[in-house]
Amino acid sequence: MKLKSTLIGACAALALAGTASAQQELSNASRDSYMEAVAGKRIVYIPMSMTTDLVLTWHAFLQRQADELGYTVDVRDPNWSAEAGARALTQAIGEKPDLIVLQNPDVQAYARLIQRAQKAGIKIVQLNMESLSQSDAYVGADWYGVGYTAGEAIAAQCGGGNGASNKVAVVTGVPTAPVDLFQMSGFRQALEDAGSDVEIVSEQSAGYDPSKARAITSSVLQQHSDLCAAFGIWDGQDAGIGAAIKEAGMADQVFLVTSGGGAQTSCDRVEDGSFDMFIEYDARMQGQALNTLVATLLQSDREAGAEKLVYYGPNYIVTPETLNPASCFVVDEGQ
Amino acid sequence: MSEKEKTKGGKGLSFSQEGIVFLLTLALFVAFSIILPNFLTSGNVIALMRSVSILGMLALGMSLVVIGRGVDLTMVATLVVGVVWAVKLTNDGMPFGEALFYGGLLVSAFGLIVGLIVAFAEIPPIFTTLAMAPVIFGIGNPFLFKQDTHNAPRNVEWLGDLGFGATLGIPNTILVFGLVALVIHLILRYTRFGRSIYAMGDNPLAARMTGLPLRPIIVSQYIMTALVAYLVGLVILASNSGINSRLAYTTLVYDVLLVVVLGGIGLSGGRGGVRNVIVGTLFVGTLLSGMTILNLSLTAQNLIKSVVMMLALIADTLVNPRDEQTSQQGDI
Repeated sequence: MKLKSTLIGACAALALAGTASAQQELSNASRDSYMEAVAGKRIVYIPMSMTTDLVLTWHAFLQRQADELGYTVDVRDPNWSAEAGARALTQAIGEKPDLIVLQNPDVQAYARLIQRAQKAGIKIVQLNMESLSQSDAYVGADWYGVGYTAGEAIAAQCGGGNGASNKVAVVTGVPTAPVDLFQMSGFRQALEDAGSDVEIVSEQSAGYDPSKARAITSSVLQQHSDLCAAFGIWDGQDAGIGAAIKEAGMADQVFLVTSGGGAQTSCDRVEDGSFDMFIEYDARMQGQALNTLVATLLQSDREAGAEKLVYYGPNYIVTPETLNPASCFVVDEGQ
Repeated sequence: MSEKEKTKGGKGLSFSQEGIVFLLTLALFVAFSIILPNFLTSGNVIALMRSVSILGMLALGMSLVVIGRGVDLTMVATLVVGVVWAVKLTNDGMPFGEALFYGGLLVSAFGLIVGLIVAFAEIPPIFTTLAMAPVIFGIGNPFLFKQDTHNAPRNVEWLGDLGFGATLGIPNTILVFGLVALVIHLILRYTRFGRSIYAMGDNPLAARMTGLPLRPIIVSQYIMTALVAYLVGLVILASNSGINSRLAYTTLVYDVLLVVVLGGIGLSGGRGGVRNVIVGTLFVGTLLSGMTILNLSLTAQNLIKSVVMMLALIADTLVNPRDEQTSQQGDI
């Protein structure tokens, strides 16, 4: 009993002393330790290519926070080449930065290198596509969820005699890419869960090329003139699906669902009626989450690979009805 | 061998490679018409033509240099950089017409540089253009634009007509393809410039000794292909209401080369013409359309495409065996 009250007394005295000194120096202890923990650190950013809305937005967020808090971000742009990316990553491991922010081109490419970096004590944040090797953190879109949302919407639109038919056409990018596989499995699951009679009459790959997507879709529309809906895997490619539907004069009949990071170019296409439903995995939200994780990992004294944090950003649905000026964003090319 | 005899490959539909591919196309077309109920409808045939007209136009541009014993692997990079820059200028506030003019100047400059290197530095065109393609894209990407997706300017009416309009039931894109084919045919067949290209492709040294201005011809060839590529870029922009700079990373330029070679324009130069390109384009178009309708997977499609093309090449070698007389120096 006596011991306890003594302890309490001691703590109170310490706390008082602490407050008094903080007031004297007009400083904020937690802020100071935060600034101290992150200042002067170095991040290496290895995206897939410094051209997409997603990558540019993440970079803008990373850079802004780095400037504020006084750490540096080095960009290594592999320009769509997984090989160049692997080289950049190998080199980065040799340089021993405090943190590597990485966008995986597929699940396999960097798997071993990620393990090596973790062993070397370098923390790694993965972006938008998971690798087979888990690392300290993953931030990205919920691909399964994107596919599932699309499936639900199409089941409601075309199932049970609601649409022109129960036929839906799917245009994927590269059929073996995990992003496509996850979306497709979510899509199929949603159709199954809805118990709808919707039938996938065509499933073709356009290799992320809008011209190919357009050619495929116009062939499919010739075969299935009563097509009810189309589902595309990535908005940049799916502009071609929208163009084919528009040319066939079937914009009112065919319900087109696509997804993307939310650059203004996509919302423009919702506005002009090319896209009927745009599932946005908001790059701004991802950028914000990325910054939080970066700050957390830079402060943490734990070893690389000690934690396996995962954050899936929310998916927003943009339709002509819900479209507003804030739905999308403009990537500032100057950044 | 005289020049006229040399270009005979483009004349009679005998068992030349062109003839074989043409027969294959017919066979495919008949087979698909029988198996697939909606294949032989005017709508589908038009859609088929429309889909391959971009590939066809690029192949026409490529044929200009290939006949002259050159090759231009920069076409896709040139069209992407030229058109994306013009669109970016427009979206930044410049009138579209003016932006297009600057884009045209830029692609002409690219063609000029490539042509000068090939003609005066005498580096083989395949290496020059292989190296120049990333250089051209590299000038475009960090310096002229950064983002990959660019939407077409909205209030330009003729652009919409080009991509979506039709005249007398035929999509305007097909008409543009036809027009480009006609112009290139006239150039190749009836102008001094066109005939010089054949002479140069057949035997550059002989052509030079005869007094043909070899170097200016080479330079103008590459400027022309760059301009054709730019026009194709405009059609792509119009067709998809936008353009994506990722196109430069695709294997499109090799597909183009494939159409050219498949149609029977040999890489060794001096042979073939517009008709070969059209036959090659129709073949690829029929094959792609049929396989899409059959809903084959991408891997199966690639397999079939490669096998059929291999068969066409084997058939050509069997019917027209190579010997000392027919093979040329530099024949690949």
